[in-house]
Amino acid sequence: MKNKVAYMGVFLALALILSYVESLIPFYFGIPGVKLGLANLIVVIMLYAVGAKEAFAISMLRILLSGFLFGNLFSILYSFAGGILSFLVMWLVKRTGKFHVMSVSICGGITHNIGQILIASVIVETYSIFYYIPVLLIAGLITGMLIGVIAGEVSGRLRPEWFH
Amino acid sequence: MKRRPGKRDLLLIIGLLLVCAVSAAAVYFLQSKNGAYAVVTVDGSEYGRYDLSKEQTIAIRKDGIVTNTLQIIDGHADMTDANCPDKLCVHQKAISKSAESIICLPNKVVVTIEGGVEGNFDSMAR
Ligand SMILES: [Zn+2]
Repeated sequence: MKNKVAYMGVFLALALILSYVESLIPFYFGIPGVKLGLANLIVVIMLYAVGAKEAFAISMLRILLSGFLFGNLFSILYSFAGGILSFLVMWLVKRTGKFHVMSVSICGGITHNIGQILIASVIVETYSIFYYIPVLLIAGLITGMLIGVIAGEVSGRLRPEWFH
Repeated sequence: MKRRPGKRDLLLIIGLLLVCAVSAAAVYFLQSKNGAYAVVTVDGSEYGRYDLSKEQTIAIRKDGIVTNTLQIIDGHADMTDANCPDKLCVHQKAISKSAESIICLPNKVVVTIEGGVEGNFDSMAR
């Protein structure tokens, strides 16, 4: 059990590094606060190599900490909406056992952005935000694909028994 | 874990690409007309609508304080100044096509272009 605390810490640190990298990229969708979701890489790897509970815990902790470190109240709200929705969808798609990690990750990337846009439309009380959907869908598809490739490689090399 | 992507994965990705293409086409079509008005909403309710053919500077006030400054020049609406911390609305480019928008999240100010007659599509067809 001592071991578990150590590797959970490593995963959290890696996820925070990715959030930091993301905060440095001047990538702007036209909607304030909307992010690419690079830290999803750690969530996908953990979902396959460790377990759903652990992946969800790290995802939520990462959002809270990176929000305080590199963001603001709005970005925390967006990230929670994106993070929770994408986790649920990825977990469900993976559970069917019919899809490759790449598809799971792509579904995560897209729903991450959909979650953010839904919260954004509630906050600014406007539908004009929905015109950003194509950009966000395509961005989610591309990030999801990249994350899927890397996560597939990494989680294939990790042994589940290391973490239990 | 599955080793390689299979037929289901391919179908899923093709389906998602189709959704992307259709939504992109829909938005492109909806935003192809030159707009007539810049409609400003603050906290979700309409604050005012301004003719894009008239050059003007609009000071958007909230509780007596100017939060955002909108400028209309050459049929384009541009956020030129704001008191929000991120200034992301100021960095957005000027808008002129119907349904385009500039959003200032911290101040909850949204500028949307509305109305207007045939633009791009018609001139392209000719
Ligand atoms: Zn602003």
